[in-house]
Amino acid sequence: MNERTEEILKIVSDWKASSCDAYSIREDGKGIAIRSSQHIRIVPKKDRPGLDIFVDDGTKGERLAIPACVTHGGIDDLVYNDFHIGKDCSIDIEAGCGVHAEHGEAARHNGIHHFIIGDGSYVRYIEKHIGLGKGIAKRSIDPVTSAEIGNGSTLEIDSVQLGGVSQAKRTTRATVASSGSFVVHERILTNGDDRAITEFSVDLNGDGSSVDIVSRSVARDESHQAYHSVIKGNARCSGHSECDAIITEHGTVSATPQLDANDIDASLIHEAAIGKIAGEQLLKLRTFGLTEEEAEEKIIMGFLK
Amino acid sequence: MLELQNISWSTPDGRRVLDDVSLAIGDSGLVAITGPNGGGKTTLAKIIAGIDRPESGRILLDGCDITDLDVTERARRGISYAFQQPVRFKGLTVRDLLGIASPEPLDEAGLCMLLSKVGLCAKDYVDRDVDASLSGGEIKRIEIATVLARRTKLSIFDEPEAGIDLWSFAGLIDAFSELKASGGTEIIISHQERILSIADRIIVIENGRVKEDGNGHDVLGHILHPQRCPSCPAGLKEAFHE
Ligand SMILES: Nc1ncnc2c1ncn2[C@@H]1O[C@H](COP(=O)(O)OP(=O)(O)O)[C@@H](O)[C@H]1O
Ligand SMILES: [Mg+2]
Repeated sequence: MNERTEEILKIVSDWKASSCDAYSIREDGKGIAIRSSQHIRIVPKKDRPGLDIFVDDGTKGERLAIPACVTHGGIDDLVYNDFHIGKDCSIDIEAGCGVHAEHGEAARHNGIHHFIIGDGSYVRYIEKHIGLGKGIAKRSIDPVTSAEIGNGSTLEIDSVQLGGVSQAKRTTRATVASSGSFVVHERILTNGDDRAITEFSVDLNGDGSSVDIVSRSVARDESHQAYHSVIKGNARCSGHSECDAIITEHGTVSATPQLDANDIDASLIHEAAIGKIAGEQLLKLRTFGLTEEEAEEKIIMGFLK
Repeated sequence: MLELQNISWSTPDGRRVLDDVSLAIGDSGLVAITGPNGGGKTTLAKIIAGIDRPESGRILLDGCDITDLDVTERARRGISYAFQQPVRFKGLTVRDLLGIASPEPLDEAGLCMLLSKVGLCAKDYVDRDVDASLSGGEIKRIEIATVLARRTKLSIFDEPEAGIDLWSFAGLIDAFSELKASGGTEIIISHQERILSIADRIIVIENGRVKEDGNGHDVLGHILHPQRCPSCPAGLKEAFHE
């Protein structure tokens, strides 16, 4: 593993071989380390880049890490990872990604992740993204995450884009069966002239299914972010989405939520709030002796935490 | 220690809110400011903290003219202000906020001590966000705790009793008494008889002017028994029992 990969891993993943039951580390489009565990089998795909990951029924408390690093320009890494998760599992999956580029050619990582989650399982998916390197080279991360969430199962996605990613298009799709739930906490920081788009499409198909999407974004400098969500309530279900954004300098954000209630017992809510940092928040922290800039930093870091 | 000289302030549309207020507040003790709603008490507190700027007059702290210093500078010179309307933050926890307020890093014991002073159980609150999920009384207590955490020479509390239940109230009185005993100056804007009764000095502000200013015991007597004080404005008593 090269030094940049080590640097990226430190930021996006508290990856250590010892703390993971199974892992696969990807560097510049190639797998450089792979380990299966007794209950989690990682099998490289034959027909295209990527992995098939099989988690046995009843696997509890195991941790899987699949970080991916792009360490220089001129790499366009496309990877397909499919997660086949059995029944009655409870696992954590960590999927950090960092792209490093300085001048010249662009660096891109495009992870296409598909989850099939058996009944009664709980999956926590943690994803941290960062762009590194001085200079104006384009750094993009375009994750596509789709999930079929089984009866009584939960998929919890905790994702954060820490900045430095010049272009991001995040696509998240899920179908949720009876009593299943889909929970997303997403935080996106853009600066410079970064562009980030995040799109959600969720179908609540089973009675008692639910979705809760909370997306927080901070668009600084000249950057732009767009949030789009479609929640379809096709059964007795509940859906909530929330887009909160702070803009600073010349940052811009647009949010277009869509709610489709296709069943009389579907209950769907959307909340959105976009604006600059409230003046009274800055004042309050300044009464503690912080400068305006320090106060802004604390508020933004807390908001994205 | 704090001296206000001929302070006036008007609303943006030109209505006079503070009208030539002059006050000198000493190096220690508990000064209560009271008076009817809309009289200008909060405006006065904001002018002391540097949040609002007076249109005329000067403010001195320890003999230094601080009229042109901003909020940050005044805070660094030892002025703290617990807002009447506490501010909510999405994403900052009670631990974060008290940590920013405190001059040194706060450990669990320090957090616990601060929160217990305002009647909150630390383990239930430290990791909660200071956002809309807290009730009015809860956020008010956290607001008070941020000022206790700062331990500055001048602490201003703006209607600290608002939203606080009777059970916790005694604890709060203790916290104010303790702060007073520790030697700093407290300015408490309040309508609460029990707070006024521990004040060394009470200032009554009405219609932007100082209506009465004297030792706590005497002024409170006038407030509670206005018939014995011919100079007290009629109806003042009601203002304290709303
Ligand atoms: N920024 C402002 N704009 C307009 N009116 C204000 C502003 N600040 C205070 N006021 C008015 O000034 C008066 C005094 O307010 P305040 O100082 O909050 O009174 P108190 O704290 O004594 O109840 C009120 O009538 C209030 O509406
Ligand atoms: Mg007031």
